[in-house]
Amino acid sequence: MTALVLLEFDASGIKQPSRSAVAAAAKLGEVHALVAGSGVDAAAQAAAKLPGVAKVLTADAPALDHLLAEPTAALLIALAPNYDHLLAATTAVGKNIMPRVAALLDVQPISDIADVLDADTFIRPIYAGNGMATVKSSDGKKVITVRAASFDPVAAEGGSAPVEAVSIPDLPAMSRFISAELSKSERPELTAARVVISGGRGMQAGDNFKLLEPIADKLGAAVGASRAAVDAGFVPNDYQVGQTGKIVAPELYIAVGISGAIQHLAGMKDSKVIVAINKDEEAPIFQVADYGLVADLFAALPELAKELERS
Amino acid sequence: MKILVPVKRVVDYNVKVRVKADGSGVETAGVKMSMNPFDEIGVEEAVRLKEKGVATEIIAVSMGVPQCSETIRTALAMGADRGILVETDVELQPLAVAKLLKAIADKEQPKLIILGKQAIDDDMSATGQMLAALLGWPQGTFASKITIEGDGITVTREVDGGLETVALTLPAIVTTDLRLNEPRYASLPNIMRARKKPIDNVKPADLGVDPAPRLTTLKVAEPPKRKAGVKVGSVAELVAKLRTEAKVI
Repeated sequence: MTALVLLEFDASGIKQPSRSAVAAAAKLGEVHALVAGSGVDAAAQAAAKLPGVAKVLTADAPALDHLLAEPTAALLIALAPNYDHLLAATTAVGKNIMPRVAALLDVQPISDIADVLDADTFIRPIYAGNGMATVKSSDGKKVITVRAASFDPVAAEGGSAPVEAVSIPDLPAMSRFISAELSKSERPELTAARVVISGGRGMQAGDNFKLLEPIADKLGAAVGASRAAVDAGFVPNDYQVGQTGKIVAPELYIAVGISGAIQHLAGMKDSKVIVAINKDEEAPIFQVADYGLVADLFAALPELAKELERS
Repeated sequence: MKILVPVKRVVDYNVKVRVKADGSGVETAGVKMSMNPFDEIGVEEAVRLKEKGVATEIIAVSMGVPQCSETIRTALAMGADRGILVETDVELQPLAVAKLLKAIADKEQPKLIILGKQAIDDDMSATGQMLAALLGWPQGTFASKITIEGDGITVTREVDGGLETVALTLPAIVTTDLRLNEPRYASLPNIMRARKKPIDNVKPADLGVDPAPRLTTLKVAEPPKRKAGVKVGSVAELVAKLRTEAKVI
């Protein structure tokens, strides 16, 4: 059995969620990795170094830049006959492309797997992670997205796979990339950060998220938010941790002014250590927190920043 | 232009879902059901396009048990013009739903289909993309803003690092993200009016689709529970514990 993993990359290499997808694919058989885009040589070299990757396929064409769903799905369809499993991480890119691939292959995609039991059987969360469903696919080929937080990513270095360019099929031109406005941040990405500090409705205003910054700086943390904080317009949607946002599992998760709605817990309850700071001692977040501090966050945050300074 | 808005009947988002003791699924008996929240955003966007004079007719489609007609009524009360119910007892998975919607789209010829980005029950996040593939249309998923001009639609998408804007040729698929709009509450007069709006009832066989599921759920288990930890008395104690006990900072 051979699995093909669609990788996402940037200037610094192969993204961590994609390295988790490689780890999941390795449980299924031999792993080939696909890097697609415009000018992918550096990414192909980075992919070749991933331990567990037996071969790297490159597809270099301007139409594949930005991995738009329509051309990228067409590329995967052209490669699909050689593979039993097609995988990508459950990211905005993976979620956009893989169901399109599945429909073109007449198979039901298996979204957001949290474990691999055998070649046909997987565990995936339903109802915001309130249930873990064991599902068995009767389709000949499996199209899968991988919950990155559930698989330890393979290392960035250690392998040396051969790189091979594939021939590019006819790519549909019904969609066009116009622009991207990416949040500029010196901080790690939410899904890859070792520490995440998130603010909720209790932050009261977007400006108050500044109170999280000195702490995030000190801990090398990513800054996230609950859906309530996003809905209230405090921060952009790409901060959102939860069922309808990002799923994170850092070593340390600090929830500040977050009550702990099911929706939010779905996105962070696999974190190794959870800290909750909330003035409401009845807040459900305390039921999952390893360390709870009942306090007014406007007093506690500056104090925490100061305390972390004293090392 | 005609707009199709598929709407799914799901367990209400406020309900605390419980796994059945026998592991066969989650408890849905006697549980409040509502329209999937992301589909509400889809209906709202379609209604706004009609109010702006861009859309001429909005068709709400739901699938499953007869009670799904209630979900269609909700869409009609928000401003959709008519409904189609695809009635079946079969468990519908995204591939089957996409095939059924394709058959309806072939007949109705909408220019735009707006779906929720994911249903909050199975969390698959697949149907819109699959429908786009089957129709051979472009897709603008996780939309936070759409603008229609002539034969094209510009879609601003919520992506992992921020926003991405793509231009698609119509007809096209859009799936909604949270910030596309805030759905309205249906007014009482509109709820009354919605009762008179027509809902067609069809079966999967009428549409030439075999809806049999491809994934079998072997069991559903409770996720591992986290135990509540300890309350600390001060910030200093918290930091001390994180340093010496949890050793994470």
